[in-house]
Amino acid sequence: MTETLVPKVADPHSVLAGSSAAADHSEGMSYLQTLPKRLVTVYLPLSIILLVLLFPFYWMALTAIKPDDQLLDLDKYSPFWTWNPTFHHIYKLIFETQYPVWLWNTMLVAVCATILSIIASVLAAYALVRLRFKGAQWVGGAIFLAYLVPPSILFIPLSYVVFQYGLFDTPFALILTYPTILIPFSTWLLMGYFKTIPFELEECALIDGASRWQILIRIVLPLAIPGLISAFIFCFTLCWNEFIYALTFLSSTQNKTVPVAIVNEFVDGDIYRWGSLMAGALVGSLPLVILYAFFVEHYVSAMTGAVKE
Amino acid sequence: MAQQSSEMTDLAINSIKPAPREATAWTRLRMNKNWISFWFMLPAAAFLILFLAYPLGLGVWMSFTDARIGRPGEFIGIENYEWLWDDSVFWLSVFNTILYTTVASAIKFAVGLYLALLLNENLPFKALLRAVVLIPFIVPTVLSAIAFWWIYDPQFSIVSWSLRHLGLINGNIDFLGDIWNARWSVIFANIWRGVPFVAITLLAGLQTVSPSLYEAATIDGATRWQIFRHITYPLLTPIIAVVMTFSVLFTFTDFQLIWVLTRGGPVNATQLMATLSYQRAILSGHLGEGAAISTAMIPFLLGAILISWFGLQRRKWQQGESND
Repeated sequence: MTETLVPKVADPHSVLAGSSAAADHSEGMSYLQTLPKRLVTVYLPLSIILLVLLFPFYWMALTAIKPDDQLLDLDKYSPFWTWNPTFHHIYKLIFETQYPVWLWNTMLVAVCATILSIIASVLAAYALVRLRFKGAQWVGGAIFLAYLVPPSILFIPLSYVVFQYGLFDTPFALILTYPTILIPFSTWLLMGYFKTIPFELEECALIDGASRWQILIRIVLPLAIPGLISAFIFCFTLCWNEFIYALTFLSSTQNKTVPVAIVNEFVDGDIYRWGSLMAGALVGSLPLVILYAFFVEHYVSAMTGAVKE
Repeated sequence: MAQQSSEMTDLAINSIKPAPREATAWTRLRMNKNWISFWFMLPAAAFLILFLAYPLGLGVWMSFTDARIGRPGEFIGIENYEWLWDDSVFWLSVFNTILYTTVASAIKFAVGLYLALLLNENLPFKALLRAVVLIPFIVPTVLSAIAFWWIYDPQFSIVSWSLRHLGLINGNIDFLGDIWNARWSVIFANIWRGVPFVAITLLAGLQTVSPSLYEAATIDGATRWQIFRHITYPLLTPIIAVVMTFSVLFTFTDFQLIWVLTRGGPVNATQLMATLSYQRAILSGHLGEGAAISTAMIPFLLGAILISWFGLQRRKWQQGESND
């Protein structure tokens, strides 16, 4: 079933750089259009869409550094800019709330769950692609189906399971449940990468007497490093983003992750809460945005790779 | 005769091998693909069975019990479903979910495809533009939803302020307090979050379309719309089917956005099935009832998957491709 789902997708580098395989066509047919026409048909709609896509972040950042009185007085000060930025909100966030603890929790859960998932996925993907055991196709299909099971229909029975195993309100509740979201995805992604590694390399190693384990560690993994990075950062982002499990399985304040803590702990009746709320959202997104800035290509390859296979 | 020849080959092999290594049961097992595969698959399988397959089954079972938080339930047949059948809030949530999914997915597809086509043009700072477009997708949904919450504030909304100063409206818009306003507001936030994913994946598909096809069509005098309709769209169909399946799936089961923006309010106008099940199961403690709502989502999800699946198959067949 999985084989029918293989539309052709460009590789991530060219998605970002925009160069198609044929260099001759790099200029495209844009010379057929005059500049005024291009302004209206391309640049104008593009800028509107970009503006809408980015405005919430600008607004988030601006609110985080605006003094409180300017936030609520829209008539005296222009709401779109501030001349006296303040770090008051961010300072309050870091030193007067448990924000650093929540950040640490999120980081811990995301890193542990991601590492566990990657290890399990590497082994599974290798077995599925290269060992081709009996029924590998069916197992591959089952893993694809597991990818389609959304957390929203699992959290109720899972909360019961988590309680039974005595994991409730511990980081392990998340570290052990997040892999169910991550493993199907990263297995699928890594299978794509493993398929591109030539069989001959492994055959040589087998003839030289290497065991399957040695082949995996010494030959396959070093060649699949781009895939591993893609899987890692994508899983990390998914963990950071996860909300419903964290909301259901954690109850004490000091165990919460950033998304849950912001929603539950910051939202009180205070009319001056917006500055610190936005600061919390901003600081919570920054690690991912920085990670993204360094690994854009891997990120895109993870995204398109997940669709490709 | 056959036996004889096999004995002879055995002899021959034995005579070739100077020191025949004894294949013990252990080495043979160690070389057995199925046996190695079992151990390779074990970690992933353990996770998926313990925390995915088992809870999935348990959820269906719980929907037939009267389980509450802290007390395992007893089998009560389809009572939960009968109760939901007569529950107007449940039906409202089904309506909301379907409205939310269809409107948001359709617009996400249209805008995403349009954005992909725009980004596929020859532009300055192409790489930077494409990287920037993805930002809404990587920032955690809850955090961007909080930004939207502030943008939708009834008193200090920047949108209301701008429209007021442009002279388009007189009073502030009550984005999340009014029934239909709230619905459109959450749908907009969902579209905002989903467009980058659709656009970038479709862009990846677009870049595999050979430019010579476009050139040939242009020489033949095709208009831009004809080029899109008869070249781009057919070639993109397989990837569109996959992207839209995922998009529909994630929109249908959305929870975070609604929970941050409205918690299902005002008067359940934005209550989706996922948020309703959370409310009934975790907040009110009726695990059985909540599980019944979750289970009721499964047929819808299967339906959505099958529709896009068979849509994909049909397209492939029309193009005369083999199903490989």
